[in-house]
Amino acid sequence: MPLTVLLVGTRKGCFVLEGDGERRDWTVRGPFCEGWPIYHAVQDPASGTIYAAAASEWHGAGVWRSGDLGESWELSSEGLTYPDGGLGLSKISGLAAAHGRVLAGAEAAGVFESRDGGASWSLLSTLDGQPGRGAWNDPANQPPGHLGLPGLLTHPDEPSRFWVVVQGFGCFETTDDGVSWAPRNRGLRADWPLEHPEVGYCVHKLVMSPVDSDRLYQQNHCGMHRSDDGGHSWVEITEGLPTDFGFAAAAHPHDRETFYVIPLDPGHGRCMPEGRAAVWRTRDAGATWQRLDRGLPQRDAHLGVLREGLAIDALEVPGLYFGTSTGQVFASADEGETWSEIASYLPAISSVEVAVVP
Amino acid sequence: MAELHLPATLPPLFHDLPRRLEVDAATVGEAIERLDERWPGVRDRLCQEGPALRAHINVYVDRERATLDTRLDARSRVDVVAAISGG
Repeated sequence: MPLTVLLVGTRKGCFVLEGDGERRDWTVRGPFCEGWPIYHAVQDPASGTIYAAAASEWHGAGVWRSGDLGESWELSSEGLTYPDGGLGLSKISGLAAAHGRVLAGAEAAGVFESRDGGASWSLLSTLDGQPGRGAWNDPANQPPGHLGLPGLLTHPDEPSRFWVVVQGFGCFETTDDGVSWAPRNRGLRADWPLEHPEVGYCVHKLVMSPVDSDRLYQQNHCGMHRSDDGGHSWVEITEGLPTDFGFAAAAHPHDRETFYVIPLDPGHGRCMPEGRAAVWRTRDAGATWQRLDRGLPQRDAHLGVLREGLAIDALEVPGLYFGTSTGQVFASADEGETWSEIASYLPAISSVEVAVVP
Repeated sequence: MAELHLPATLPPLFHDLPRRLEVDAATVGEAIERLDERWPGVRDRLCQEGPALRAHINVYVDRERATLDTRLDARSRVDVVAAISGG
């Protein structure tokens, strides 16, 4: 029976939740990483190594790694620096592991890579020359808790092709490993004036259908959107949802038309509307939406879920998992039809990722 | 040999790094370099680009606030303090 493992990044370290074969009973291990704030923790499916993106208020940024499902950890920041006199690096905010390497997104905005299992890193790109590049590292343009470049989406078959999200500016695609880039924001909506029509869009989470690499979805500051051409163009699919705002999103592993989001109030509260927790699902690529709330709290549940806070596994009947800004983890073993709370008192959660260990 | 006192947050990151140790160095910066030679990565945990001490890492030499350039003598006491903050 495979072991389902959740990697939960929190403000006070990384936690590992292990489920039984039915994904009903869970044990919590942690905190790991010496209690450093963890922005995103992922597993490399090829090697099994866990990577956790971190930034200590005192000791700077780095990436923790564990080759034994969290039993032991090592930290490295070797090479996680910008050239002298250039940008400052305050945190690693996003990770992706694929094709024998690990990509790390940083604040200030840049992409680093490791080809030795996280022992050392090198700078791949700061997207020089892209529209908006001169503005996005200006502190005057950045929100509190700026993440820089938190989003990384790899292509399943093309190692040199991937997409990044620059916070507040949008998606960019490279097909030559970061040598050149192109903005991929056509069709997105921005509720504010744009200095340049190609950038200035607030992309919160970008996901790809595992069965169709041209089918992308995104949760944006301004609505949910779908692309059928690898991000070259986008259509809005917000209609039918309670709000157009949210952070987290997940694509179904077997069905390109099915996509999950967690709408939040768009004001400063950014919690689930009316204190009633729900995940929303479309099974027709955004034409219609269903509210999924069986087993989720429906009263006084002012829960927030951040951009890496929702995950889906790839089992035959997929399981869904989300973690909240108030430390709860909820799980569904039946594609979101029913839910249960599997951890209640963790620190504020930044990320949830799932791995299935043979 | 200057006497170094390190913050409690540092030793868990490096195998066998003690809280208190003696270092032969002429400046605070050199003392950190000596640590980094034996425990690679220590410098990155205490210093940022510049180089300079990290924003919330304070160093005192014989109870006086110090920088990387502050000179040490054979009897200096160096306290490296992680600023009290957060929650």
